[in-house]
Amino acid sequence: MSAVIHVRVQPEPFDVNDELEALAGDGVGAVATFTGYVRGDGGLTAMTLEHYPGMTEREIAHCAEDASARWPLTGVTVIHRVGRLKTGDPIVLVATASAHRAAAFEACEFLMDYLKTRAPFWKQEERGEGKAWVEARASDDAAAERWRPK
Amino acid sequence: MNVLYFAWVRQKVGRSEEAMDLPAGVATVRALAEHLKAKGGGYADAFADFARLRAAVNQEHVSFDTPVSANDEVAFFPPVTGG
Repeated sequence: MSAVIHVRVQPEPFDVNDELEALAGDGVGAVATFTGYVRGDGGLTAMTLEHYPGMTEREIAHCAEDASARWPLTGVTVIHRVGRLKTGDPIVLVATASAHRAAAFEACEFLMDYLKTRAPFWKQEERGEGKAWVEARASDDAAAERWRPK
Repeated sequence: MNVLYFAWVRQKVGRSEEAMDLPAGVATVRALAEHLKAKGGGYADAFADFARLRAAVNQEHVSFDTPVSANDEVAFFPPVTGG
């Protein structure tokens, strides 16, 4: 069984319900989703996401292929937004479909952890008049590392 | 070859992309980074500390020891921060 993989990088918002409907079908018993939002902490008002067109889509597709090789998934959808986003805006959607919930949950978490360390996106945050590039965090590397075969 | 820059590397260098001939004596990502650093100005600033940089060759993540050749697309950028 091979998963149907959908990857999109876009400035536009996404509709979670539309995406979930597209993942439904015979043999699908569970769909897990993760939606990430722009968090307005520390006076953050907006952020701009830059990406590497071509490589970003390929890296996400690699992550989705890895996930579908590890878990019995029927579908994977990853949508990541780029451009300027404001506090409270959705940034990323990961949805995984499977016959059973364990695979869907685990694959969804795996995809987010891998995406954060592999997909070429860069965030620049705005606080008042100031703009600053977000520094990569060691905790994200550690989160991705725990999925490696021991 | 085509060299691409992203995020603060792009800002410091002052451009997002440039076509160049493979510089004489450059055979690896690290050597290309050294060559760019030696151009001075914004390049020297962007390439001041290789530990803060990551690279891709032909849109695959690579280490700085990876070979480069004349027809490659090479990109330099900070560690990624998406999701």
